Amino acid sequence: MTRINWFYYAAPARFYGLAGKLVPWCAAAAVVLALWGLWIGLVVAPTDFQQRDSYRIIFVHVPASWMSMVLYVAMAFWAAIGLIFNARLAAMLAQAIAPTGALMTFLSLWTGALWGKPTWGTWWVWDARLTSELILLFLYIGYLSLRAAIDDERRADRASAVLAIVGVVNVPIIYFSVQWWNTLHQGASVSLTKAPTMAAIMLQGMLVMTLALWAYAFAVVFARVRLIIRERERGAAWLRDLHPAGALP
Amino acid sequence: MREVRVRVRAVLATHDLEARRGRRVLFSRLDLSVAPGSLLRVLGANGAGKTTLLRMLVGLTLPSAGRVSWRGRPITADRDAFHRELVYLGHAAALKDDLSARENLLSLLALGGVRCEAGAADRALAAAGLAGCERLPARVLSAGQRRRVALARLALAQEQRLWVLDEPFNALDVDAVDWLAGLLRAHLQGGGIVALTSHQPLPLDAVEAVMVRL
Amino acid sequence: MTALAVFLRDLRLAQRRRADTLAAAIFFVIVASLFPLALGADPAWLRRLGPGVVWVAALLASMLSMPRLFADDAADGTLEQMLLSPTPLPLLVLAKVGAHWLANGLLLTLVAPVLALQYGLDGGSIGILVLTLLLGTPVLSLVGAIGAALTVGVRGAAVLLSLLVLPLVTPALIFGAGAVEAAAGGMDTGGHFSLLGAMLVAAMFLAPWAAAAGLRISLD
Repeated sequence: MTRINWFYYAAPARFYGLAGKLVPWCAAAAVVLALWGLWIGLVVAPTDFQQRDSYRIIFVHVPASWMSMVLYVAMAFWAAIGLIFNARLAAMLAQAIAPTGALMTFLSLWTGALWGKPTWGTWWVWDARLTSELILLFLYIGYLSLRAAIDDERRADRASAVLAIVGVVNVPIIYFSVQWWNTLHQGASVSLTKAPTMAAIMLQGMLVMTLALWAYAFAVVFARVRLIIRERERGAAWLRDLHPAGALP
Repeated sequence: MREVRVRVRAVLATHDLEARRGRRVLFSRLDLSVAPGSLLRVLGANGAGKTTLLRMLVGLTLPSAGRVSWRGRPITADRDAFHRELVYLGHAAALKDDLSARENLLSLLALGGVRCEAGAADRALAAAGLAGCERLPARVLSAGQRRRVALARLALAQEQRLWVLDEPFNALDVDAVDWLAGLLRAHLQGGGIVALTSHQPLPLDAVEAVMVRL
Repeated sequence: MTALAVFLRDLRLAQRRRADTLAAAIFFVIVASLFPLALGADPAWLRRLGPGVVWVAALLASMLSMPRLFADDAADGTLEQMLLSPTPLPLLVLAKVGAHWLANGLLLTLVAPVLALQYGLDGGSIGILVLTLLLGTPVLSLVGAIGAALTVGVRGAAVLLSLLVLPLVTPALIFGAGAVEAAAGGMDTGGHFSLLGAMLVAAMFLAPWAAAAGLRISLD
């Protein structure tokens, strides 16, 4: 039996092709799962006794929050691989994940605001999740800013990798601190974290939406990493063969 | 200087060394072997990568490919041990403006792991032509004097086998050039290695040298 | 010992450039004095605000002084020599941060009681505040060192450093200011101090490594 070369796709040139093939599949999966999830959330799930229909935003808010955390860990993971093994593609993956992660965080905050307004009359609530998401957004912005400020690509890769690793170690501490702070300062009533009692169908809806966002993230990250590969490997022979005219498709 | 094909066991070596600046490749597949008692002279136009090569030799810059080895082992394997045998003098004189010449020299020596009292430091400064300037803050010294303070380190660096010097003769007057050449010659005769770049002709005759032209 | 030499050298340099270190302390005082102007001077209100305001002002003043940790050394070439020292770089970083804290963070801690009086805090609260700052400002210096190492020589390093470091030190802020508030309410502050202490110990062990890695990357 031939040995599996786990690092076959570690070369940017080969990964470029693989990513290109996967993008349409992931996009399609994202659409299908999103439709299913939204159907559950908007149609199937029962109206909540207290919050009526405005609670339905939870089907986007919670999955977005989960994804924002997952993507940060993924970004830190690939950045660490890139740093330890001096692997360019891993660093490019981290670079590609960051904007999507930041978007998920922003989506979580925005849907949180949309939920808060009709329910409690305020656009912003200092509850544990929203505050943690806010700090996470700052961490993403910090990563992106550091990358943007450093001109040399490899130095930007490595510096932002250190930042991401320090961040990922800090995230549990930050989360714990904010939770603790919140229990002391907030009354139990105003909290997005305390959702209406979780009927099984609601949980299912949230899981489906999480998978939808995950598929979306894969699609977007693969597409973006292709763009990054094209830009950073400009002038490489394999790229010239693939795109002789040099123009983006 | 005679160019010599090295036959003895190499002490400082590079394998397949490659350097890039952005997308441009400065040099690639560079294989060097520098034996004890030899001078490595790096030549090239401005921007060719001479400083980059020296920085790679000491481990400040990561090569984009290949590696540097010292005593047969990669320099990244045991950095602290490698640093113990190394003196690097870059473009900048590495002096703090607010410290005196003597304080600066003692500080640099301490950083390099060399224990030294004020007396020995003063003697080194005197040998470098800075007698009477020991207590002056580095701020008031001229460029040539600053370089001499940095070079005074070499007078106390006999135990460091590898000297890597980036344009050490810059801004030096004739006397200082002779003095430095004497230091280098003595070090090479003692079995040390010197790697340097210089735009000027070197007053180092009858020295075995490896030349690299980038 | 080389690390001790670096520590003493940095202290000597800070002493010869006293104006720089005092500037951050003056900033601290100014910022803390701005809040009553903006929010009103009701004594009870100020007493509640006091600990938080002093802590945030200390945070900002620390961020202001952080770039100086490595910037001067990077500019004159001394930082390169540190990277080539036989002494492990994390140890040298720890020595530099120690000296930096003595000159900056400790100064803020000693000035804090004056500001606390401006906010009408009583003796006990001031004591707790000083203790939290004593534990917290080193954490700020240590985590700030990571940011300083990553932004050496970068455009807009000062602002970027704050952007990177402030989110990371929010736990110290929460527990530091929280301790004073808890004490004022008669509650136990043991948990706060334990956590602050744990953060300090963790930072002392981990931050120098991260900062050393950052320095090697920045000077590549």
